[in-house]
Amino acid sequence: MNGPAAPEIALVGCPNSGKTSLFNALTGSRQKVANYAGVTVERKEGSFLTTSGRPVKILDLPGTYSLRGRSPDEIVTRDVVLGRLAGEEIPDAVVCVADATNLRLVLRLVMELKAVGRPMVLALNMMDVVERQGGRIDVERLSQELGIPVVSTVAIKRGGTAALLAVIDALPLHEDPPTEHGWREPSAAEIRAAHAEAARILHECAFHPGNEHLTRKLDAVLLHPVFGVVILLAVLFLMFQAVFSWAAPAMDLIKTGIEWAGVEVGGVLPEGLLKSLVVDGIFAGVGAVLVFLPQIVILFFFIILLEDFGYMARAAFLMDRLRPGTAAPGPPLIPLLPSFACPFPGIMAAGFMETRRDRIATIMVAPLMTCSARLPVYTLIIAAFIPDRRVLGGFGLQGLVMFGLFAAGILSALAVAFVLKKLIWREAPEPFIMELPDYKVPAPAHVALGLWIRAGAFLRKAGTVILALMILIWFLSTFPAPPEGATGPAIDWSIAGRIGHFLAPIFEPIGFNWQIVVALIPGMAAREVAVGVLGTVYALSATGDEVGQALQPVLAAAWSLPTALSFLVWYVFAPQCVSTLAVVRRETNSRFWPAMMFTYQFVLAYVAAFATFHIAGALLR
Amino acid sequence: MSLAVDITTADLVSAGFAADASDRLGRRSRGWSGWVTGLTPAADLTISWAEMERRLLEMGFVEGARVEVLQEGPIGRDPIAVRVDDLTVALRRRDADVILVAEG
Repeated sequence: MNGPAAPEIALVGCPNSGKTSLFNALTGSRQKVANYAGVTVERKEGSFLTTSGRPVKILDLPGTYSLRGRSPDEIVTRDVVLGRLAGEEIPDAVVCVADATNLRLVLRLVMELKAVGRPMVLALNMMDVVERQGGRIDVERLSQELGIPVVSTVAIKRGGTAALLAVIDALPLHEDPPTEHGWREPSAAEIRAAHAEAARILHECAFHPGNEHLTRKLDAVLLHPVFGVVILLAVLFLMFQAVFSWAAPAMDLIKTGIEWAGVEVGGVLPEGLLKSLVVDGIFAGVGAVLVFLPQIVILFFFIILLEDFGYMARAAFLMDRLRPGTAAPGPPLIPLLPSFACPFPGIMAAGFMETRRDRIATIMVAPLMTCSARLPVYTLIIAAFIPDRRVLGGFGLQGLVMFGLFAAGILSALAVAFVLKKLIWREAPEPFIMELPDYKVPAPAHVALGLWIRAGAFLRKAGTVILALMILIWFLSTFPAPPEGATGPAIDWSIAGRIGHFLAPIFEPIGFNWQIVVALIPGMAAREVAVGVLGTVYALSATGDEVGQALQPVLAAAWSLPTALSFLVWYVFAPQCVSTLAVVRRETNSRFWPAMMFTYQFVLAYVAAFATFHIAGALLR
Repeated sequence: MSLAVDITTADLVSAGFAADASDRLGRRSRGWSGWVTGLTPAADLTISWAEMERRLLEMGFVEGARVEVLQEGPIGRDPIAVRVDDLTVALRRRDADVILVAEG
């Protein structure tokens, strides 16, 4: 049934087995990252050539200790291996990856995989570490005991996969798949028996003293109830700092560079629509995509590094009880902290969460963290409306309002996570049983490749959607052009302006005038864009950074204080960013969750702004 | 052979030999070491016993496995990090309470 198509191999292994390193070593950058149809599980496929030059496709399946399928990720692994996942072919062969320093659990997995009945190889990864630590594994004997080919690999070394490539060449890859597989869910008694068998085989074939000593010593510090927590907080703070400040120069550079290129290209184009499309549509759109790259790369640098080192599992250990009541899908800290800079990297990092509901909860509340794009809006409104005076014994009132806006975001995130748990995930929490892998020195090449693949996936999947949306928003704000001799800002004549006027009555109860509503539409491109658009709507001639300065007195004269406060509160909650929705769409692989996010944020923003407008109005009367 | 082990554990429980607190891994402190004598159902599990038992077995908590409590979590000394033969596993005390242990 396979015909001339390249055979497909499934890569299976326990968590922390170095499976991804081996996958990277085999395929290099020839990888495609997507999601499996209908689930929030990442699908990584790559291709490589065997020793004889035969092309082979390989699928990196989620790590698992058994084929029983206890989580959505593990169900994907099981269903692919058994050939019953819709849209996936049954693999022509299975390569099981084992951490050679830690064979016991994987031997049981090998026994389950063997029962499936597909051609199979066991790859003992990290053999160099075993040898360096004075251990030895009798590969031939192990192969005899298990009844399958066994090869040793060193994923992080050039040429370390040669033996595996040669063995794959020798596998009968084009056999027709059997109509029935021999696997069934093992009982507790069978698992016990398999463990006893694995222990026997290991005793016969392997001796490994381990580097338990080093791991113990490090854990005595890193898992220490006091020092461990201090170090965890320091690591989180460093990540936050890095995403928040270290990325800034690179982001400025990208922004300036793209703007410069836009102006240069625009210079050779005649005035008119084409120029506007190129400069304000395409270049601004490309800039809007690329500007996120530094934050994404920096955050993933930390995450991949910590994951490879073995620290992520320790962080989960230290923070386990911090989740409200332990039983709740509490918002996990690692992806949420960087969301203060921008929810993008946070949402993308949610993929590292163990369970699907943690992932969804994180993604859903991440946009409530006060991202840096909100700051220009907050700064403008606070400067225009909040008097710069000291209250409550020396606190600046402006600073207090800013703090209140941040706090409102965090508290509402906790509340939303709580409601999500009550409404959507009523089932009992999963027990927390997690392997703490021995510490390992991360391989720079592996980290670099991981970053390259993440950045590429972001540009391809989310970037294209964001660019398209940016151009759509440009179109809406530009067409149709105002007629000859028209007065008032051009945006007023555009589709966006008309939509704004049309929607104005809906926003009247929360104190928004039509100028604000018109600014909200292009403001969907990015929150901070609203400042520039307000400048346009109020027909200011200032550009760039001066818009904010010039706007202050205009807004102070045109808006009432309740309107200004309502606008601030709106910005805390509102789904004012199409890019975020695009990333959520890609990460959850569904239309439901972005729609849900838009709806809840809109309702929350509207209700909160309504309350603010009317309470402030009543107090000031 | 494995069936016999199963019956032994179940027999112990049904015959009223249900373990008291001191036999449970979840009650042990940092530095304690011993071996697994069996797994016993508990009433307040969040997943079915059949599932819980198999998960623990898959992570190496089989009868006879050497265990040592390496670390305790920062809040309420929970969860615990346990060396199980040649592997370190983190789990909550309430889940570790179903693992029966003996010192030595």
